[in-house]
Amino acid sequence: MKKRYLSKLIAGALFASVGVASAQGLSNDSVNIGVLTDLSGIYSAVEGPGAVLAAQMAVEDFGGTVLGKPIKVTSADHQSKADLSASKSREMFERDNVDMIVGNVASSSALAAMEVADQLKRIVIVTGAASLPITNERCNAYTVHYVYDTYALANGTAAGVLASGKKTWFFLTADYIFGHTLQRDATEVINAKGGKVVGSVLHPIKTTDFASYLAQAQSSKAEVIALANAGGDTIGSIKQAAELGIVGSKQTIVPLLMFTSDVQALGLKDTAGMNFTVGWYWDFSDANRKFANRFMKRFNGKAPTSPQAGVYSATLNYLQAIKAAGTDNSDAVMKQLKSKPIDDGLFKGVIRADGKFEHDVYLLQVKTPKESKNKNDIAKVLQVIPAKDATLPLSLSKCVLVTGVKS
Amino acid sequence: MFELLGISPQALISQLLIGLINGSFYALLSLGLAVIFGLLNVINFTHGALYMLGAMAAWIGLTQLGGWVGMPDLELPYWLALFIAPLVVGLFSIVIEKTMLKRLYHLDHLYGLLLTFGLALVIEGLFRHWFGVLGNSYPVPDILRGGIRVNELFIPWYRLWVVGMALAACFATWFFIERTNLGSLLRAGTENPRLLQALGVNVPLIITLTYGAGCALAAFAGVLAAPIYQVTAIMGSDLIIVVFAVVVIGGMGSIAGSILTGLGLGVVEGLTKVFYPQASSVSIFVIMIIVLLIKPAGLFGKVR
Amino acid sequence: MNTATSTQTSAQTTVAKPSIINTTMINKITIVIFVLLALLPFQDAVYDLFMMKVFCFAIFAASVNLLLGFSGLLSFGHAAFFGTSAYVTAHAMKEWGVTPELGLLVGVVASTALGYVFGALAIRRQGIYFAMITLALAQVVYFIATQVPFTNGEDGIQGVPRGYFLGVFDLSNSSHMYWFALGVFIVAFLLIQRVVSSPFGQVLKSIRENEPRAISLGYDVDRYKLMAFTISAGLAGLGGGLKSLVLQLASLGDVFWHTSGEAVLMTILGGIGTLWGPVLGAAIVINLQNYLANLGGWSTIATGAIFVLCVMAFRRGIVGEISQRLNIRL
Repeated sequence: MKKRYLSKLIAGALFASVGVASAQGLSNDSVNIGVLTDLSGIYSAVEGPGAVLAAQMAVEDFGGTVLGKPIKVTSADHQSKADLSASKSREMFERDNVDMIVGNVASSSALAAMEVADQLKRIVIVTGAASLPITNERCNAYTVHYVYDTYALANGTAAGVLASGKKTWFFLTADYIFGHTLQRDATEVINAKGGKVVGSVLHPIKTTDFASYLAQAQSSKAEVIALANAGGDTIGSIKQAAELGIVGSKQTIVPLLMFTSDVQALGLKDTAGMNFTVGWYWDFSDANRKFANRFMKRFNGKAPTSPQAGVYSATLNYLQAIKAAGTDNSDAVMKQLKSKPIDDGLFKGVIRADGKFEHDVYLLQVKTPKESKNKNDIAKVLQVIPAKDATLPLSLSKCVLVTGVKS
Repeated sequence: MFELLGISPQALISQLLIGLINGSFYALLSLGLAVIFGLLNVINFTHGALYMLGAMAAWIGLTQLGGWVGMPDLELPYWLALFIAPLVVGLFSIVIEKTMLKRLYHLDHLYGLLLTFGLALVIEGLFRHWFGVLGNSYPVPDILRGGIRVNELFIPWYRLWVVGMALAACFATWFFIERTNLGSLLRAGTENPRLLQALGVNVPLIITLTYGAGCALAAFAGVLAAPIYQVTAIMGSDLIIVVFAVVVIGGMGSIAGSILTGLGLGVVEGLTKVFYPQASSVSIFVIMIIVLLIKPAGLFGKVR
Repeated sequence: MNTATSTQTSAQTTVAKPSIINTTMINKITIVIFVLLALLPFQDAVYDLFMMKVFCFAIFAASVNLLLGFSGLLSFGHAAFFGTSAYVTAHAMKEWGVTPELGLLVGVVASTALGYVFGALAIRRQGIYFAMITLALAQVVYFIATQVPFTNGEDGIQGVPRGYFLGVFDLSNSSHMYWFALGVFIVAFLLIQRVVSSPFGQVLKSIRENEPRAISLGYDVDRYKLMAFTISAGLAGLGGGLKSLVLQLASLGDVFWHTSGEAVLMTILGGIGTLWGPVLGAAIVINLQNYLANLGGWSTIATGAIFVLCVMAFRRGIVGEISQRLNIRL
């Protein structure tokens, strides 16, 4: 470590003496991209090995080199644990000279990596995690939040369901920060649009049996039973809701956070008709389908999830920003990313001052088993939610980069 | 009075009913563990993984088996899975006992615990690797679909079926061990194996079969659980320490103890879910501390 | 010190077998190892953050070993002490802005106090019941950690500043932090060595070997066990607090029961009842987890396989086996 530091010092002095205004060229003569995600734990189907593939595809499509220098992709597993994310991200930045970490599913892991990135002045692009604080209270200058967040979920799913006339809501919430955030954001939308929250119940995360909580939801007689949980808890709640006859009854189950991988694990019979919001869907446009087909060929016939597509797009645009800026220096690249709109066929929008990538999101409806033609054909796009509606307005932002005040 | 508690009497009764249903499931799950510890003095940490294996075997039998053997229409229906899955898992566990566990009997309990803990990690890790974490859905058998509405509560037929099976298995096991000749041989074998062997009984065989039976019970619970809970590689690891707590509270030598504790726990958990739901996972541990401080060997246990 | 250790060596071996390596040599080897470790920041092969993590878990595993190997008590709840201290130290550093050695001290005090309480409750029971009470108590601590605001739930306490050691040395410099961690590790190691070779340690060993006899000799066995438990909890806390400083994060994973299991694994792999065993065990397990982390679920499978292998074939652990073969005390 000491040797490297010393040599950087000398190199920096040499550069300075030549009179170059800003740092040019690439650090370590290469661009290193790290995919830090859950490779084996509860969210491995959401990002996982598919994200690593997506990053590799982006590098290949970009041409394999940038500014004449090689691009390397490495990966690490944080198992959705904050402390592993903290140590792995530090290791990637310090030991492996990674310039940008992409992925970061699971909000607490993302926040941990962001903290390290802020200290070491490297870039973190969050594709898998959803917590609004990533670009709000906990924002920093080196983070981009790419695919979706809890505000989009609330305004997509909750608003969509309210618009269809269902006014009374009951929340089944996982008792951790993420669950509370999701419930809070959705409640704001419900209250704003004339709905009413008639009750809620908290359950510990990693619960096996939801019968008791669902029974409470049933007796509340709310039109909507909203699930403010994720992963195995969401799957368990839905499966048991189907078992208890709630699915298909007068009450609707609304999962506030769900991925296409969850729907596939549950099967279409129990989930048909359910609405959920995603940041990207493979069967929405020709460009999406083209990318999905290329991905599927290399990933066991599985279509990419929205975070996986996000990793591809983020990596590609990151490399393009390096090319445009002429350097991989984090400040210069972040400036470049926030200066021009992004339009690569998969995502279209702008990266704002607070790091949030503002783009359209999609309200999906799960297809019935009859409508589905193959194992990837699980939903149709019910509604496109415009970027402005899906993103927290800057006027309401608590991000220090926007307000100038640390919250 | 009920208004003060914030819940209507019907709702309370519904929750108690759900609690009893869950309790019978806990009782069944802890049964195998109680048998193995009560009779063999082995702390079988693999229990959760075997429960998962039972569910997986049922799912594989229904959906994958045909593809593997080249007969795509071949399906192992639920009713057959109820017998075959425990049998397969029981045989597998007998192999474990004969190759590994046997050599540890003369040592401290600790080693048996660590071995079974390690095996649990390996089994779950392998299945996680092969089948992922999100798991798969197993359908409720057609005859048992639907349910009955009691007040506002909808009780699926399948859950009642599980209760019935669980209680039947518990009673049958208890009866077998406490009231039959073969059972008395088992009990004698734990108290004084040498004497029993001197009387001509093949004690090692009995021990092996007992271990296999206890593990088969875990797998049986797994098959019963498959249509209710998602069949995933990690379904056992979340339950294992709860099951342990049940057995310890009930008293580690006592079959009846763990059955009654399992039922009781279901009810307590059900009530906790009404009044302080976030604590429902930790409620059993609080009870365990209290019970062990008052009764050192558990509620019905004998101090060894 | 020489005479004390040589009496132990002769008490250990009933059949006198001349040892090839005597205890003075071992002390010399220990010093050499410490010096080599101190030189680590000057090379590139081993990443210093990784080594610091090993120190934290080596102390943690050593605390479990103190109980298990030298007193014969298996605790399944030691993560409660490790994690509590991690949280308290993190909070002290972040909110009160104290220097790191004070932060560590506060953490250790917290875990020691908790250890005394847990110990008082658990000591009355034996064997598996003792282990289960410690597990249950640790689960309660875990639950409290998920509910109490100061722990920040699943986000944990992040961005913990490393501070200035003695107000002078900036620990955010990686090398300085490394030497600080090494120093803490050496202190812990020597402390354990002292405890184990003291008369107190001898009584503990006699309780492990034959408790009824120890009672009949007039020792207040419960009091000794409680003291051992409390010291062990304090040591576990030292490891936890150090971890907060090294990784600058305290999270729920620190108090989860899997972490307790990991410490037991490290102790067994390295060798129960040896001094260097937990250290080697920690180094191997952390290295393995790191290496296998990119291979998906193989980390769990490998961990389980090591457990099985150790129990079936290497019951004395690696250092234990070496110790036995060379007839020396490591």
